[in-house]
Amino acid sequence: MANNQSNSANPNVDLKYRRKKNAEEMKHQVVTFTMMIFFTLIAFLAVAYDGFSHWFIRPFILLLAVVQVAFQLYYFMHMKHKGHNTIALFLFSGLAVGLATVLVFMTIVWL
Amino acid sequence: MSTYAKKKGFGATVWDYLTTVDHKKIAILYLIAGGLFFIVGGLEAMFIRIQLAVPDNDFVSAGLFNELITMHGTTMIFLAAMPLIFAFMNAVVPLQIGARDVAFPFLNAVGFWLFFFGGVFLNLSWFMGGAPDSGWTNYASLAMKSAGHGVDFYILGLQISGLGTLIAGINFLTTIINMRAPGMTYMRMPLFTWSTFVASALILFAFPPLTVGLVLAMFDRMFGSNFFDVAAGGNTIIWEHMFWIFGHPEVYILILPAFGVFSEVFATFSRKRLFGYSSMVFATVLIGFLGFMVWAHHMFTVGLGPIANAIFAVATMAIAVPTGIKIFNWLFTMWGGSVRFTTPMLWAVAFIPSFVAGGVTGIMLAAAPADYQYHDTYFVVAHFHYVIVGGVIFGLLAATHFYWPKMFGTLLNETLGKITFWLFLTGFHLTFFIQHFLGLMGMPRRVFTFLPGQGFETGNLISSIGALFMAVGILIMLYNIIVTSVRNVRVGNDPWEDGRTLEWAIPSPPPFYNFKQLPLVRGLDPYWVEKMEGKDEMTPAEPIGDIHMPNSTILPFVISLGLFVSAFGALYNVDNKDWTLPVMIIGLLITFGAMFIRSVKDDHGFHIHKEDLVNDDDKEVKA
Repeated sequence: MANNQSNSANPNVDLKYRRKKNAEEMKHQVVTFTMMIFFTLIAFLAVAYDGFSHWFIRPFILLLAVVQVAFQLYYFMHMKHKGHNTIALFLFSGLAVGLATVLVFMTIVWL
Repeated sequence: MSTYAKKKGFGATVWDYLTTVDHKKIAILYLIAGGLFFIVGGLEAMFIRIQLAVPDNDFVSAGLFNELITMHGTTMIFLAAMPLIFAFMNAVVPLQIGARDVAFPFLNAVGFWLFFFGGVFLNLSWFMGGAPDSGWTNYASLAMKSAGHGVDFYILGLQISGLGTLIAGINFLTTIINMRAPGMTYMRMPLFTWSTFVASALILFAFPPLTVGLVLAMFDRMFGSNFFDVAAGGNTIIWEHMFWIFGHPEVYILILPAFGVFSEVFATFSRKRLFGYSSMVFATVLIGFLGFMVWAHHMFTVGLGPIANAIFAVATMAIAVPTGIKIFNWLFTMWGGSVRFTTPMLWAVAFIPSFVAGGVTGIMLAAAPADYQYHDTYFVVAHFHYVIVGGVIFGLLAATHFYWPKMFGTLLNETLGKITFWLFLTGFHLTFFIQHFLGLMGMPRRVFTFLPGQGFETGNLISSIGALFMAVGILIMLYNIIVTSVRNVRVGNDPWEDGRTLEWAIPSPPPFYNFKQLPLVRGLDPYWVEKMEGKDEMTPAEPIGDIHMPNSTILPFVISLGLFVSAFGALYNVDNKDWTLPVMIIGLLITFGAMFIRSVKDDHGFHIHKEDLVNDDDKEVKA
């Protein structure tokens, strides 16, 4: 269950293929980076603009934040590559347990 | 390079164990330390039962009784059950997955020594001005007001040993994810390995809340903060939540490995594949998840309100479903099998009705309105002793008899083992069954005595007599261990003759590198698969080659010792003594100094060379 990176360090692997893979990777990173900046701008604008109620703004910028975290994890931290299944399992189950606990405290438990 | 064959002096053996990073030796360390703490906790239990044997007893004072119940609970959970489970995890899991050691041998040793020093620190409280006396749950409303240093010993001792547990849990996760032999897919892992995996994940997620709670309590008690001080705007309920967010997964951390042991025992002594293997895995994982969603059922009477109580009640009852799946799978494993009633199998068979009884009272307690009646009575005491003794301790005793040959190379005496079993089983039910009724009649928990004429006399006397049976049973087991070790009749690879998993394919005890060649796993119960094809050993997955091994080191011991020293400084800090700050600093310097040495000094381990491995062949046959 080693982390089998798609761009192996083995020089015997086809150089042309790896070049193409890397270029594609680079393209993805640039696109996601642009989108993340764009999302941040939208978030600022949404808060600055008076016409929206906070019932819209809060879930909206939270949604943008979640998408940005996903971009960060999958494109910049390479979680979309093969061999990250266990990591993803622990990340998301930990997140589910933690968030459920927070939700419980915010909704039904008197503290 | 066959160092293991040499005779060693006593001092050399002690040094060997102080510096070892070998998972098999760390397992023995865990077994010895956990066993010692088990005896200490057992003595405390005996004192409790002596005090409660007759009404108006004055065997111990009320204050000492509080210390006894607190230390009994804390010792049994953190210092006996957990390390004994780690003993078998260490001894068995790397062998079951076909690995030569755990992923981080150095950290494995750090984990053990942290646990050990934390446990010693906690128990030193008996000799240094009084033990903790706020119950094993250490509820803040009691604990923050507790006089003396007892509670400080609890906080610091558990903090240190909890760190060790967390390290051990992460180590096992990494080991199981990364170090499985070729062909050992997740769905071919033996159930004990699976339950270790899930329990380790629970440790990873459950121990941090305890650490945070203990840090808050430490600052309140020792450095003058107000997290739990209501008068200063704090809230004592926060402690209860944090303790139980940890505490409920903790009981699954204890019981899941015991389930794993029973799964191995049932399959082995029924000479059948475990019934419903994949549903067993599913149930184990599901119990792990649900374990995090139910903590507030310990707090129904706190006043969380009907919505919270109802949701937590339903979530709690849901756990009965995966547990029921497991119970039926074990029954169906035995069904139609050629069952042999060896000592481990006796424990396993007795576990089913005992644990089901504990589960049924668990469902009763989960009904929130009814819990208002049961809360803080002996009914609760009976319930959790039925699940923890009838589940965890039975599992540990089964594992002791089952894995003893693999750990020490000798088979415990079966007759003595069965005497232990019958005495302990009788004593267990005598002690705790009657406590259900004492509780229903209204006897509260944690009272140091009771008055005559309230109908509690007979029940309590029976309960105390039962405790005596259990004590005698354990003494006979200790005698069994001594006799077996003195006789020293060596056994072969597979002393139970029906071993199914990888550990039974190698010598008992295994050579220090475990597998000369990593085995090729061709199915669930790999050794059984080979046996069914008429072979008596595993197919190797690799040619014989050099084996890379870690060096022994004293650093894990020193790292843990530093925290132990530092804890004394923190403990007496509130007394305004001059020496406390230097002691704290010196202790931390020892710890971080040892860590620094570990970081900068390259230690690449050593290689066992191919030629030596080939030569070892003849020696193994003689042993």
